[in-house]
Amino acid sequence: MKRREFLKIAGISTILGLGGMSVVNELRKGSLEAAQYAPDPKTMAAKRWAMVIDMKKFKTADDYQKCVDVCHSVHNVPDIPDPKREIKWLWPEMFVHAFPAQEDLYLSEHYKHMPFLVTCNHCANPPCVRVCPTKATFKRMSDGIVMMDMHRCIGCRFCMAACPYGARSFNWQDPRPFIKRELNPEFPTRMKGVVEKCTFCYERLAKGLMPACVEASNGALIFGDVTEPNSEIRKVLNSNFTIRRRPELGTGPSVYYIIGGNEHA
Amino acid sequence: MLEKALTGSKTYWAWIFFLLAIIGVGFLCYLRQFSVGLGITGMSRDVSWGFYISQFTFLVGIAASGVMVVLPYYLHNYKAFGKITILGEFLAISAVIMCMLFIFVDMGQPLRVLNVILHPTFNSVMFYDMVVLSGYLLLNVLIGWTTLGAERKGIAPPKWVKPFIILSICWAPSIHTVTAFLYAGLPGRHFWLSAIMAARFLASAFASGPALLLILAFIIRRFTKFDPGKEAIQTLGKIVTYFMIANVFFLGLELFTAFYSQIPGHMHSFVYLYAGLEGYSKLVPLMWLSSILAVVALGLLVFPQIRRNETALAIAAIAVFFSLWIDKGFGLVIGGFIPNPFERVTEYWPTLPEFSISLAVWAFGFLVLTVLYKIAVSVKEQSGGEAVH
Amino acid sequence: MYNGGKIFIGLIIFVGLLILPFYLSMGKAIAKPDPKVDTPVIKQMAVKQCVESKDFMKTAHMQMLNDWRDSVVREGNRLYTAADGKSYDMSLQNTCMKCHSNKKQFCDECHNFVAVKPYCWDCHLMPKEGA
Repeated sequence: MKRREFLKIAGISTILGLGGMSVVNELRKGSLEAAQYAPDPKTMAAKRWAMVIDMKKFKTADDYQKCVDVCHSVHNVPDIPDPKREIKWLWPEMFVHAFPAQEDLYLSEHYKHMPFLVTCNHCANPPCVRVCPTKATFKRMSDGIVMMDMHRCIGCRFCMAACPYGARSFNWQDPRPFIKRELNPEFPTRMKGVVEKCTFCYERLAKGLMPACVEASNGALIFGDVTEPNSEIRKVLNSNFTIRRRPELGTGPSVYYIIGGNEHA
Repeated sequence: MLEKALTGSKTYWAWIFFLLAIIGVGFLCYLRQFSVGLGITGMSRDVSWGFYISQFTFLVGIAASGVMVVLPYYLHNYKAFGKITILGEFLAISAVIMCMLFIFVDMGQPLRVLNVILHPTFNSVMFYDMVVLSGYLLLNVLIGWTTLGAERKGIAPPKWVKPFIILSICWAPSIHTVTAFLYAGLPGRHFWLSAIMAARFLASAFASGPALLLILAFIIRRFTKFDPGKEAIQTLGKIVTYFMIANVFFLGLELFTAFYSQIPGHMHSFVYLYAGLEGYSKLVPLMWLSSILAVVALGLLVFPQIRRNETALAIAAIAVFFSLWIDKGFGLVIGGFIPNPFERVTEYWPTLPEFSISLAVWAFGFLVLTVLYKIAVSVKEQSGGEAVH
Repeated sequence: MYNGGKIFIGLIIFVGLLILPFYLSMGKAIAKPDPKVDTPVIKQMAVKQCVESKDFMKTAHMQMLNDWRDSVVREGNRLYTAADGKSYDMSLQNTCMKCHSNKKQFCDECHNFVAVKPYCWDCHLMPKEGA
């Protein structure tokens, strides 16, 4: 055998060997005993979670700041002063920024400066999930929550380009030095190089708890299963006119806004 | 054949070490990025892709453009390109390598990059981009190496490469189409959400790639005994001319749709790029420079009398290359992020480390290109430049 | 053979580099890792039993943690039923580390010995030691 041929055969068999190994590993994975894993019976189940944000009930800056603070503190979200590096899960935006296509020269000052809480819309048809090359962000089949698997994210930021709501933040650096408040010992932080966003408090739902912002909102945020005709959220949707952010894109956002009446009107 | 890259003039070695030095500086910057994170770049929450991804996008075009010399030679038996097909293929190899490196340095978690293969996701355009880019790299390595090896021995290339060549001709437009799809399928990014995106990408690729090849051909003729040939150079010039016209035309189509429809979202990015938005205008001088270069280039290219003058052609090629480099390797990607989904403007400019890393990737690409061209040219110098048919 | 001399010099350098680490650590006694399981919580346990048997945990804890994290994050499962029928909340931070609150003497002891650096702690909070 010539040296050249030997090298060829050695090279090809190495590639085949490695390839074969990954196939074997993949097959073995499926044989693990799935029966050992089960959801917590306390878990709150729904076919599709959704949230209504009732702007009538947000009277003062304090009202929405409470929601933001509780969210950012239970999830160990850092406070990064540089807006370019900011990490945000839930935050207020003025009407013109939250609903840019609805801009109107004659919109009342009251609405113009109303701080709308914005967050991940947990879309029915999420573009971020469509573009993610590793399924690190995915839609939970059970309840429609758009999840983040921080263990799998490669930090390509395709999802940030795809999200029409600006809901995603990237860790441009190690976030830990920027977490000024007391850490929540039950929840992890994130590491540099991964994307994060609101997850509708999936970790609290699993314990039978409402999302933290909903709990802190004094009824201004209504959370529930929109597929359930008798749920509170459906009653609210039936009795109020609501709008969603950029529904024309076909993403099917699950966050609704009640603008409500104006006391000056 | 590699041994041919190990002997060369002083200029050759000086160039190699110059490139290595740039790579070294960039590598040190990358080590810092690796430990600190992408925060050392100018990217932000709003402009979440920057120089790296825009360079990647531009270079996919350069890689795809190799087909512009391969196709006429193999499908139309256009003999004048026989001497330079290998230059096109080797340019494609180095461009794809740069593409991959630019993607790699843009990863937030580079060590997890194999997750793309470990968890293949068929609904993600990025998955297909990875497939087509690696496929294209393999095809060009295989074809380039085999045909050049045959030429060195003075024999015709083996018959089995022909199907691979045909495949690579079909493959080339696909890599740039898929790259355009990275952008053209995102709801809410009006600047990119355009059906003509892939066509625009291909037009600019088939202008900028052959323009670079022209520049390289002039350099090779100056520094080596190998002459790519007057006819081949003139034909490349024609290719650049037609695709540059197509590219400017396509840009015009985009401008018409945006400004005649008067839909704010469609106009905003263009306004930001060419006039500035809400007082932010960092990219305006660059974009106008790109436009001026395009006009100058077209002025030189469209008139055959001027184009036939090789100095004018060289100037035009440089103008085309830089015009499109600014337009696609900067404006197109950054412009798509401005304004952000809240209609606020966050500007972007690369930082020094980010720029050094990018420069190092280019230097690495040129190192690969230099070595490959050195081999090709050495073989050509011996064989007299003509491949055996 | 062409360049025989150069090849042999190369080979000698290669073999030398290969055996260097073995040579350097020859005859040195290296302390075996000794992970401590004497945290207050474990001390109070009547039956000192981890989620699974000690042998299983020793060899397969990394695999188990990988499976747990996928099951929790991706499938929404929270409970793990062990071989003995007991049920546990699948959580590194809230289950494992509640007993093994001594990361330095427990996790790091072996991880340092075999020079592996799991990145769990880049995100997951380690318990406050000495508490």
